[in-house]
Amino acid sequence: MQVIKIQGSDDTPTVTLDKENNIFEISGRSLPEDVVAFYTPILDWLTEYASDPLDKTVFNFKLEYFNTASSKLLLDVLLKLEDIKNDGHDVLVKWHYPDDDEDMLDAGTEYADIVDVEFEQVPYTVD
Amino acid sequence: MASMKEHKESLDFVYDFYVKMKRNKINLAYEGEITHQITKAFTSLTETNMVREEDASSVQKKVFHVMVECLQNISKHSEGSPNTSAKDGRGIFMVSKGDTEYNVTTGNIIKNENVDKLRGILENINKLDKDGLNKLYKQQMREGHISDRGGAGLGFIDIARKTGEKLLFSFLKIDSTNSFFVLTSTISRIKE
Repeated sequence: MQVIKIQGSDDTPTVTLDKENNIFEISGRSLPEDVVAFYTPILDWLTEYASDPLDKTVFNFKLEYFNTASSKLLLDVLLKLEDIKNDGHDVLVKWHYPDDDEDMLDAGTEYADIVDVEFEQVPYTVD
Repeated sequence: MASMKEHKESLDFVYDFYVKMKRNKINLAYEGEITHQITKAFTSLTETNMVREEDASSVQKKVFHVMVECLQNISKHSEGSPNTSAKDGRGIFMVSKGDTEYNVTTGNIIKNENVDKLRGILENINKLDKDGLNKLYKQQMREGHISDRGGAGLGFIDIARKTGEKLLFSFLKIDSTNSFFVLTSTISRIKE
């Protein structure tokens, strides 16, 4: 499968989707001018990946900030992962949050509530 | 060339404006088109100022978030000036900083026919407590769709739950077509 590698900017996240090397990650800031245009290729990639996924997919979210429009698209990403799990494959979401950012921790808890996928909350320290 | 009288009037206006901004502790005021570039510039400017003034990082993040959502509301929903064909909405945007709180205020034109619907949405949000807001946010995220203007219908709900404050809003009827919609969001500077 083709690799998706998007370098982040001050309003778009860094995205790596690499099946061969088992790297699935969205990190940084997400407030793109056009959320749908930004996330559509990511969702399309996941749809294709879902037809032949790895035995275990570990998906890392390490976001500093996302706006409400992005929150909806991030849910769509998680729903794709739920599909993969429902097809009988292992999926683990690692939700990384700055240890002083309660709102980002809450956001992870909220997604874990909505989506039926195993979630692990991982605090990290910001310098 | 402007006459002396005009110059004096202009000077008075600028001074008066300056005094009013100082008195109301306004650190940012803007009227015009709200583009994505403007949104990025204002948020980064405010971030820099807050870091210098040592607000807690949780407060900084909340102010940043409220600013982004408010600016995107204007850019996506304002009817803009009737005389321009600009794609981006326009409006007024202000940030003030008191000893205990930040206030983010927006003002923009909306069609009279949309006033009741918007008032209903905001009144409903203000009736809810934190759990109610969380429930509404989840429901809207699951069932809602991204509109053709790029919004998810989540901004107001999220401002209310992240600030823990009621949304202050009012509508001023301008004429038979339009109203002016003003919204103020308050972010406490005192860390919980």
